[in-house]
Amino acid sequence: MEGRGAARGDLAIRGALGLVAGLLFALLAFPLAALLLGAPPGELVRALRDPAVLPAAGLSLASTSVSLALIVAGGTPLAWAIARGAGRRWRAVETLVELPAVLPPAVAGVALLLAFGRRGVLGPALARLGLGLPFTSAAVVMAQSFVAAPFYVQAAVAAFRRVDPDLLFVARTLGAGRARVFLTVAVPVARPGLTGGAALAWARALGEFGATLMFAGNMPGRTQTLPLAIYTALESDLRTAQSLSILLVAAAFALLVAVRAGRRS
Amino acid sequence: MTGLEVDLEGAIGAMRVQVAFRAAERPIVLMGPNGAGKTSALLLVAGGLRPARGRVTLDGTALFDAGAGLDVPVERRAIGFLPQRYALFPHLDVLRNVAYGIAAPAGERLRRAREALAELEVDALAARRPRELSGGEMQRVALARALAARPRALLLDEPLAALDASVRRETRRFLAQRLRAWSLPTVVVTHDRADAEALDGEVLVLEAGAVVQRGTLQALAGAPATPFVSELVGP
Repeated sequence: MEGRGAARGDLAIRGALGLVAGLLFALLAFPLAALLLGAPPGELVRALRDPAVLPAAGLSLASTSVSLALIVAGGTPLAWAIARGAGRRWRAVETLVELPAVLPPAVAGVALLLAFGRRGVLGPALARLGLGLPFTSAAVVMAQSFVAAPFYVQAAVAAFRRVDPDLLFVARTLGAGRARVFLTVAVPVARPGLTGGAALAWARALGEFGATLMFAGNMPGRTQTLPLAIYTALESDLRTAQSLSILLVAAAFALLVAVRAGRRS
Repeated sequence: MTGLEVDLEGAIGAMRVQVAFRAAERPIVLMGPNGAGKTSALLLVAGGLRPARGRVTLDGTALFDAGAGLDVPVERRAIGFLPQRYALFPHLDVLRNVAYGIAAPAGERLRRAREALAELEVDALAARRPRELSGGEMQRVALARALAARPRALLLDEPLAALDASVRRETRRFLAQRLRAWSLPTVVVTHDRADAEALDGEVLVLEAGAVVQRGTLQALAGAPATPFVSELVGP
């Protein structure tokens, strides 16, 4: 009797777990399905002819490329230093670098304005140099780098920590200085992790919305990236917003597939 | 004075590791139980760990001298190091692994790398990746890589421990014969008395960081100083 009671209890728990899992899955899948299936394809393609689309796509591509280059160029040595560094101070640096990843984008926007805005800490100095950063394409890149860099640095730190210390030490006994060991052993051995982190950071930069809106504004052709163009299109033409959204979903999906394939090889 | 002269003391966690020896014509064979500080002793000599006091001298040139504040960086010590699991670079093929430590123009580097592989009788493996090699092959490639950098001393950390029993005997004979041919000052860490016999060197037994006995295997067998030594040399 007891055994059957336990079996029935197990069945009930499995049912309940299945129900909540199914609900969450539906919450994730249903909007995507609505996005992809909610309109005739011809209409969606026509919507892409909206004059705001091409400049926004171009700016997104260009700005995320520059952001990613900056993130990888600076983030790789930074991650190496964090991974090799010991003690409280390096842990503090690590935490600080990871923080923007969990900050609300609105907070990132306010922080960037307070640092580099016209009335921000560096504003007057930048103005004297003739560099008004806010509401320029440079501001778009800064906003994207600010929110996306932590994703790369975090992945790179983890990848560098997995590199066998024997490899690094043997390389030095073979006559390689620290810089050469970093470039010829640590980076190539950690490369799968670095690539995965770069893909994540690029996806985050491509989707950047809140901080860009606040710090760079929403000026077509200058600071209006794809997510901002979606926001603007939503007020006038739902189909254009939908088409642009599908474009971004396709980019994200391609990225996911590429990362998966890279991880397997 | 030729050879590798070591007299140092270092703090490894809570343990003090203290060793003194001169490796020249005959190898130094470092033995001892797990955690006795054998690998740490090698790292202290190679520069991977910094001794608290003492000196390391190679062919009369000081590499480390705590008193004089001298600490030559690892990459300029010309001491070859073979870690337990060989640490071949996974992203490079065998030839480029061996070429890594050769300071010469590109063509010359590859030529000398092939020479080193031939010396270890593994030239057929040049195009392979480390993950495709057996344990015995890895060991020879790692030795070729260390040798190709033209070291003036060699430190081998349990060079045979990762091998199957079936290839260990053959590899042991090969290693002992090569080391004699190169006549480089050499320190070999091992668990295995058979290694010490084949290498025919001066045995240093390390326990809890300190040398408890030294001499030939026969001398140790005659008057073992600790239970560990008597088990090591016993019948």
